[in-house]
Amino acid sequence: MSLRSPLGRVLGLGSAKDGTAHWWAQRVSAVALIPLTLWFLLTLLALPDLGYATVRTWLALPINGFLAVLLVAVLTYHAYLGTTVVIEDYVAAAGTRIVALMLLRFLYVLAGGAAIFAILRVAFGP
Amino acid sequence: MTAPSRPTSPHWQIYRWQIGSSTSILHRVTGVALAVGLVALSFWFVSLAGGEQSYAVASKLFAGPIGLVVLIGWTFAFSFHLLNGVRHLFFDSGRGFERKARHAGGWIALLGALALTLGVWVWLWH
Repeated sequence: MSLRSPLGRVLGLGSAKDGTAHWWAQRVSAVALIPLTLWFLLTLLALPDLGYATVRTWLALPINGFLAVLLVAVLTYHAYLGTTVVIEDYVAAAGTRIVALMLLRFLYVLAGGAAIFAILRVAFGP
Repeated sequence: MTAPSRPTSPHWQIYRWQIGSSTSILHRVTGVALAVGLVALSFWFVSLAGGEQSYAVASKLFAGPIGLVVLIGWTFAFSFHLLNGVRHLFFDSGRGFERKARHAGGWIALLGALALTLGVWVWLWH
């Protein structure tokens, strides 16, 4: 019989050592992405065209720039959570796994950071 | 004791095809594809911030034959991941585990994603 409380068990144990934190973060970001992705795709499709002037004017509006930054941030986080599990499942060798997980994190910071910086340039640019 | 020659579980190649395992595998595959799509989305935002010329280069890439095939693929990946993701959120709430609901949900996610992909691209081309 374990003396640990059920809460203590679920918070800190299991093979992942982080309990349900990863699972919960995955669900929260998933729910947030439903309105964010639908907003992004539907408003883009509703534009009269996808030419430079039209898209730039659209993204320069504060509400659109703000939501686009949120979309990229949550999307990057959700993709990072999901693909981390894929690597943990299929890359067995410890060394390769650590390098792959590190590269993955770098790639997400790079892709997400570049996109957010670009959106801010459009929002605050001339 | 001699090791039995029969395959050890999990050995998905020998299992009978079923909707449940297919949607599970496809959820992961489409998730990874969408993570790759995040890099393309980032590239698109950066090209927009870079000015008219860089946006024209990106638009040409996306409108080219390879770009279109990849975009149609991402449309399906997004549609399926969204529908099946909602299905998973229902599972998380403890609902929809009966055989009938489970199978129906899987088919709705799969056929719904195909219908959405077809609908979006027919609408874009009309």
